[in-house]
Amino acid sequence: MKPVLPTTRRLRSTPPAPVSPFPYHPGSLLSVLDLSVDGVSRLLVRATELDDEDPILRDHILAKRRIALLFYESSTRTRTSFELACKALGADTTLVSNLSSSIEKGESLKDTGLTLRALGAEAIILRHSISGGAWLLEESTRLPVINAGDGMHEHPTQALLDLRTILTHLRPGLEGVKPDTLAGVTVMITGDILHSRVARSNMLLLPRVGARVLLVGPKELLPEQAARSGPGIEIERDFEAALAQSQAVMMLRIQAERLAGLQLDLDEYKANYQLTGQRLAAHAPSAVVLHPGPIIRGMEITAGVADGVQSAILEQVTNGLAIRMAVMERALTAEGGGRS
Amino acid sequence: MTVLAICGGRLVDPAAGVDAAKDILLENGRVVEIAGPGKLKGKNGAGVLDATGLVVAPGLIDIHVHLREPGQAYKETIATGTAAAAAGGFTSVAAMPNTVPVNDSPEITRWMQAPERGAQVRVFPIAAATRGSKGETINDYAALKSAGAVAVTDDGRPILKDSMMRETLAAAARVGLTVIQHAEDTRMTQGASMNLGPVSFKLGLRGMPPEAESSMVERDIRLVAELRESHPHLHVAHTSTAAALAAVRQARRNGLRVTCEVAPHHFLLTEEHVGLYNTHAKMSPPLRSAADRDAMIEGILDGTVDAIATDHAPHAMHEKEVEFEMAPNGITGLETALGLSLRWLHGEWKMPLGRVLSLLSAQPAALLGLKGRGTLTVGSYADAVVFDPQTEWTYRATESKSKAKNTPFDGWPMLGKVRWTVSEGRVVYAAQKTLDV
Repeated sequence: MKPVLPTTRRLRSTPPAPVSPFPYHPGSLLSVLDLSVDGVSRLLVRATELDDEDPILRDHILAKRRIALLFYESSTRTRTSFELACKALGADTTLVSNLSSSIEKGESLKDTGLTLRALGAEAIILRHSISGGAWLLEESTRLPVINAGDGMHEHPTQALLDLRTILTHLRPGLEGVKPDTLAGVTVMITGDILHSRVARSNMLLLPRVGARVLLVGPKELLPEQAARSGPGIEIERDFEAALAQSQAVMMLRIQAERLAGLQLDLDEYKANYQLTGQRLAAHAPSAVVLHPGPIIRGMEITAGVADGVQSAILEQVTNGLAIRMAVMERALTAEGGGRS
Repeated sequence: MTVLAICGGRLVDPAAGVDAAKDILLENGRVVEIAGPGKLKGKNGAGVLDATGLVVAPGLIDIHVHLREPGQAYKETIATGTAAAAAGGFTSVAAMPNTVPVNDSPEITRWMQAPERGAQVRVFPIAAATRGSKGETINDYAALKSAGAVAVTDDGRPILKDSMMRETLAAAARVGLTVIQHAEDTRMTQGASMNLGPVSFKLGLRGMPPEAESSMVERDIRLVAELRESHPHLHVAHTSTAAALAAVRQARRNGLRVTCEVAPHHFLLTEEHVGLYNTHAKMSPPLRSAADRDAMIEGILDGTVDAIATDHAPHAMHEKEVEFEMAPNGITGLETALGLSLRWLHGEWKMPLGRVLSLLSAQPAALLGLKGRGTLTVGSYADAVVFDPQTEWTYRATESKSKAKNTPFDGWPMLGKVRWTVSEGRVVYAAQKTLDV
């Protein structure tokens, strides 16, 4: 009998995927994907140099340059850190927040951006509650835009400072990075991955310098498609099994403000995913513990772990300052991006 | 000019099974004679459109457009929307009722068709299925039909309650009206702005699962089956998922009167085209996965799809220049439907020209029972489009006749340039000013 051949689908040409609609300002940092590994490396090296620089000399780097911080969400760490980083380089900063500006009267993001530009802002640092806000602002103003967190999407400077923290602990003495710098290292990210911009930026950045990213959490907070965001990303539902494989343990806050009707049993969540001293000692006694903050003690992490010897949570905050100095210098002195 | 002859062209009239060199004579808004080439030149003192080298086809029919009047004239008016229709080769458009106020009355239905609206082509209102499209009280379908409504729908606010949808299907069947459903279980799409999948995850946007569409289509088909005795006609608007299309295919095999349309963006684009938050790629239903898009192509080629409809949804520029989640749904489509359909369905995927044109004229006319439309036989309306099937051109949104420019197809190559559009014997669009008389 002749074998029946399966009917092969005719291969059809279809319209091409879209191309980037506009060239970004070379000083902008909207996504970690905007940076090459070399670019990441340069920022890390520069962060260390600026950190070590004489404050008097450092003060001249962006002397009197005007930087606007535009914040549509409350923030402690990110806002203060960006502001101090700008000031450390001598720049003038101004803060516009959605609650004390014409945004409350209905002014659009585009018009707010154009207003800041007309007032002389040379770069805008944007924290926005909606994913993609930074792209809209960049397209509207064509200024260097630094994404300080957009909705559930990205938070690139957080991923860079997390990388700096991880390097300090796991590759001490190393300054720059290459595609294999973190080969053999597993970084686990636990918690509300679905709503987390920190998770997205980290999972897109860390594999590019060689790390394996292990996402951990219940289905409601960690959908299967998360693993398809890029190479080097895997899902592990068992918290303790993940701990046993990891050299860096990143915990995330449950984002009550973004749950949008999602029912979550918090006691069950704690039972399965809370990082306790006991679990850490049993499965990852030498791992470095990270958390982007704000931490909710007793929820995703116990106070003992947050304050414990393995915790790098406050180091992360300090590293943020160095990274943001480097990012702001790049923003205003990148090729075509700043005064000559 | 009441007498017009279109001479020297290739007449493609799929409903009549004609694809031949023919001249046609139009008089008092009707087709009065069809004859061999050269036979009708100068007859009855007719003005002549020289269609040498061009295709002459029944005027196109779009059964899903939003003309935004009454109430949102800043987005579009019946005059500008139908001007865009004429430029795209359309001579009939069916206008959705999500106006302000909602078109749920014979008064608004008549108002939309009044000569004062300045329509360039024929407007067929589709009335709201329930009062205010709130899904609570059913409208008077007999009165709406006699005022000119050709179908009923609650369009963007789909009828979720089973009992209400059953009542709608039964009441519409009694007066011979089609029920059009925008199939979306809105309980599954709260706060979502694109298709649910790896792309929505990556962009940090809440996603609409394909099941929000398919489950609603399946529910509606179940109701049509229950009401089989009264012969309801369910039409599924802008089908976008493989599962919904499969349900329609199966319903038809089961002998139910269920039809569907697909929009050009759903057979061409995928969720990848959202790119980096391009609001011109935001619509409802959203752009889906490549597998769903491929299923739309298959459905068109295998005959499951009954019509190509644009879901022309104009919005003002400032409404789209906002954060992706805040932008309104919808894109324009009247001027790009023919060029994209010819370029891809005919040019790339080798669908015969007559079949492509049928999806854009004869089949939608039959679907909504538009008598004398969608064909160019003697006695039918003098609705025709004359186009050059070979010309490749580039669409420029800035040149649009629509008030709105919200299209993802700006700068896209098109095939087949409309030379003239004739609505009930009047030239309503001419690519070039010269009219050989």
